Amino acid sequence: MRIQESYRKGFIQMNDLNELFRVKGNILTIRVPEELDHHSAEKIREGSEEILDSLKIREVVFDFRDTQFMDSSGIGMLMARYRGMKQMGGSIKAVHVKKRVAKILQLSGIYKVIPIELIRNWDDL
Amino acid sequence: MENTNEMVIEFDSRSCNEGFARVAVAAFCTQLNPTLEEVEDLKTAVSEAITNCIIHAYDEGVHKIRMECKIVDHDLYVTVIDYGKGIRDIAKAMQPLFTTKPEMERSGMGFAFMEAFMDDLSVISNPGAGTQVHMMKHIGSETESPFE
Repeated sequence: MRIQESYRKGFIQMNDLNELFRVKGNILTIRVPEELDHHSAEKIREGSEEILDSLKIREVVFDFRDTQFMDSSGIGMLMARYRGMKQMGGSIKAVHVKKRVAKILQLSGIYKVIPIELIRNWDDL
Repeated sequence: MENTNEMVIEFDSRSCNEGFARVAVAAFCTQLNPTLEEVEDLKTAVSEAITNCIIHAYDEGVHKIRMECKIVDHDLYVTVIDYGKGIRDIAKAMQPLFTTKPEMERSGMGFAFMEAFMDDLSVISNPGAGTQVHMMKHIGSETESPFE
């Protein structure tokens, strides 16, 4: 299987699976696209399920540095990963979160269960 | 009727059109000189309404979604119409965290987000007769009339 082959070589390159995923050790990093809606959430769901089924992952990191837009489909996708990882004794977190995404995460209440690290930029200083 | 402007688009219920629909509404409302936050709020609300059509109204096959936009002074009205299966219990469907499709990783937050980001929301639906979601948002109140 492609993922396991890549894993044996070292780590999964960004260009496997649409440049969304990278595995290093037991950490899966997902580079969330510019817009996280139903359309892109499906791609993340499919890809991450494939990786989580075939590799031993302890932490999933959602890197939101590129993300400007998010709706409730993103919340559903994050909650599903949170539940899945918790069941296996792992964890997830969101990093490099910008203002707009932070607003959605706050409104949904998901920040109560998932650690969130905000991005630092000049506007915030 | 002078201070009005209207736009209608109809498109296929494909998930790749979610981005198209919200950008179309955002572009239409630029004549009201909205703030960045108003545009983002609007895009999220529209995205929720369109996603509902694709996931719930038309859970099988590709059908048409109609979106009507109207500007009256500084109010933007958006109506999203589908001809799908309809909603049996609208009040229940609008409850935060209620979803009929948890297995599809739906959060049940769609209508709650529409309510949070728009100034008015109403839903008309009957089982088998499709659904209409009517939303209104007041935009760019500090600026001059857009029609001058």
